[in-house]
Amino acid sequence: MADLVHAPAPGVFARIAREPRAVISGLFIGFLIFCALFAPLIAPHDPLEQDLLLEKIPPVWQEGSDPGYLLGTDGLGRDLFSRLIHGARVSMIVAFVAGILACLLGTALGLLAGFYGRWVDTAISRLVDIWMSFPPVLLSILLVAVLGSGLHSVIVAIVVIDWTRFCRVVRTETLAQTKLEYVDSAVTLGMPRLRILYREILPNVFPVILVLLSLEMGIAVIVEAILSFVGLSVSSDTPTWGGMIAEGRQVIYQAWWVLVFPLAALFLTVLAFNQLGDGLRNALDPALRR
Amino acid sequence: MRRPLLDIEGLSAQTAEGQPVLRGVSLLMAPGEVHGLVGQSGAGKTSIAKAILGILPRAIRLTSGSIRFDGTELIGAPAATLDKLLGRDIALIPQDPLTALNPSRRIGAQLTDALRLKAGLSKPAALERARELLDEVHLTDARRILRAYPHELSGGMRQRVLIASAFALNPRLIIADEPTSALDVTVQKQILRLIRRLQREHETAVLFVTHDLGVVAQACDDVTVLFAGAVVEQTTVHRLFSQPRHAYTRALIAANPRYDQPGASLKPISDDVIAATLEGIAP
Repeated sequence: MADLVHAPAPGVFARIAREPRAVISGLFIGFLIFCALFAPLIAPHDPLEQDLLLEKIPPVWQEGSDPGYLLGTDGLGRDLFSRLIHGARVSMIVAFVAGILACLLGTALGLLAGFYGRWVDTAISRLVDIWMSFPPVLLSILLVAVLGSGLHSVIVAIVVIDWTRFCRVVRTETLAQTKLEYVDSAVTLGMPRLRILYREILPNVFPVILVLLSLEMGIAVIVEAILSFVGLSVSSDTPTWGGMIAEGRQVIYQAWWVLVFPLAALFLTVLAFNQLGDGLRNALDPALRR
Repeated sequence: MRRPLLDIEGLSAQTAEGQPVLRGVSLLMAPGEVHGLVGQSGAGKTSIAKAILGILPRAIRLTSGSIRFDGTELIGAPAATLDKLLGRDIALIPQDPLTALNPSRRIGAQLTDALRLKAGLSKPAALERARELLDEVHLTDARRILRAYPHELSGGMRQRVLIASAFALNPRLIIADEPTSALDVTVQKQILRLIRRLQREHETAVLFVTHDLGVVAQACDDVTVLFAGAVVEQTTVHRLFSQPRHAYTRALIAANPRYDQPGASLKPISDDVIAATLEGIAP
């Protein structure tokens, strides 16, 4: 008789550790968070300190560079390296705060729609349909224009637009889980409905939520950069990558580095969030499908 | 017959589109009886099981009939009455051991749900009882199993866990919804024997839903043959095989693979029999 218990499956962390891209991306994002938290301690210069005598110094490996300015200076003589480190602050705040809030809102509505069905589902699903038919970038610009610029408005705009991503996927997953027999068993045992939803179903939907959250954080970073680029995010005396890209665009023919470094930072950050999401999906999904 | 334990009378159901699912099904079960409910896919076997448990999908609506358990009407019964009966006096052995256990909860937590929610046992007392139950279904090393997640167990072991869970509160009626269909043949036989043994020991009545006449022959006392939501024959297992009355039943028995005649080809149920049966049950 097959009475042997299968070897216990490796834990969640062991499975994530086997996904190199999840590990590398996670480390990179950890490094960004570290930069964001301790920016004033790490940055060699004040990111706002202007010195027109030191404008457009190239990065250290080029001719005419200054060893005090690792990545050179911008058109106003501000240290690019310090500005990049400080710019990580806004990006990380937006990624985590807006990402998590959108996740909470969308997940809550998605769970309710998928579990209760009927008019709850109809109402929420139609709302999502209508919501998603607005062009997102224009809607965010419009929202920030109405709310006034600033970090709060950017976060509100991202949450208001992107909760639908979570809602749709979580609804579908919840619907699929609700049809499985273990939910029937819980119902016949008289377990309260809400408890079935958060104790029985939510843990099985959680890996999907985690993957979506990681992808959403990358999207939030991009949206913030777009809003900064068009000058609708935080005020111009706070360094942001989007704002730096906008400034770099004006001096692109004289000093390419002013544009390229913030662009690279943005690119790597979004790539890291996406790869972390994909890695998590690979690490967590098989446990669900077995 | 003494007062029946389960008395289903004229049960009819249809889909939202008006397609009939059950057509006036009646069924009597005595206490301690094992009753087979057979029929091909879509005959309404599982719908009857789910109607008793009050977990019919929303798309299927009961239109008439009654389901009485030990004299108590279940259809439209107040929630408190159902709460008292379901999970305690009436339990379920589900169809698919893969999806009937929650993949993200430990076996121990799931096996103690009924004991804690329905019998009000404390956590340590429930775990102690769970260990005894695993012993009863021949799962050794209960401590490890209670700590395991469902994917760490084989299909047969999971089904044993579910059987243990169904017998946990000594119910009077167990609804076994194709409990062996998802298992391979050797495991199937062990599980059937296990259900049969526990049923005798606990004097539990079992409504055995299956499409497999072999399972009926091994496990049941009485049998109801369903076709397209209607009862075509209701008899003892012995008479079902020795003198089947209805043409559909005869065709169903003939369609079973014969292991004693390995060369014989399978005999599908002919369209004539199906047409004639359909005509016989049409309202």
